[in-house]
Amino acid sequence: MRQSIIQWFRFASPQSFYPLAGRMIPWFWAAAIIFGIGGLWISFFVAPTDAQQGEGYRIIFVHVPASWMSMFIYLVMAFWAGLGLALNTRVSGMMAQALAPTGALMAALSLWTGALWGKPMWGAWWVWDARLTSELILFFLYLGFMALQAAIDDPRRADKAGAILALVGVVNIPIIYFSVKWWNTLHQGSTINLNKAPSMAQTMLWGMLLMALAFWMYSIAVALMRVRAIILERERHTEWVKHAVE
Amino acid sequence: MQWNSVGEFFAMGGYALYVWGSFGACALLMIAEPFLARRRLSDVRKSLARERLADELELQQKNS
Repeated sequence: MRQSIIQWFRFASPQSFYPLAGRMIPWFWAAAIIFGIGGLWISFFVAPTDAQQGEGYRIIFVHVPASWMSMFIYLVMAFWAGLGLALNTRVSGMMAQALAPTGALMAALSLWTGALWGKPMWGAWWVWDARLTSELILFFLYLGFMALQAAIDDPRRADKAGAILALVGVVNIPIIYFSVKWWNTLHQGSTINLNKAPSMAQTMLWGMLLMALAFWMYSIAVALMRVRAIILERERHTEWVKHAVE
Repeated sequence: MQWNSVGEFFAMGGYALYVWGSFGACALLMIAEPFLARRRLSDVRKSLARERLADELELQQKNS
């Protein structure tokens, strides 16, 4: 028991996490590409035309995965930030910092694809509806987190300040998720619910799930690439980094 | 498959701008981001290699 906990904490040190991340990255890229090809194939060639929205609905295959990831990455980022704040582990803050740009990218894609979907279906690029507004706030939370961390020179202090911001911002995630239930929004209700059958064709659902998996693997791969750079940047004056980079 | 021709596929039933605008933006950003991440890693590696070289040169000068 004790031994296994020690084993687990071994990877909490940047020195052992750096090569581990390097070994994992190609696998996540391979998974992202495989799921992505499958998902795109279903998105364009298997999923039927929608009865109401014609071919325009196909935006769902990128819009929903990007929106899910924008919320999920925020939760993971806040988890790492909180862990770093509580246990003072070095890798935690680096993980949070590495996730923020990818989360911001997903939020931006969610807003962009949403605008391109809203225009033909609702007649407006943008409305100040609860779902759209709370997603925009999420995008700003990511930008605020990145700006705050970039403004503080000492990385450990930057981690602490960023962690507080990230944890306070978590309150926005349930607001985004339940916004279509709590308020009368122009944005449609959720297509997939835990407690009832999804209100869409099987093939559409499969396409969306495969695309979501692809976005997931992509996010892990790119965040691991970034965390490796951050580890070297922050640990550059340690002995192990001098030996790691030949 | 619901497409009778390549042109029909690209026309997306009249939604070409919206569908390709969405998928195109995703493709663009999701190709650019890994390149930027990789460049950040190679930048710090190069700077570390330079630092190491500088240290070695300094050591050589001291010894000679």
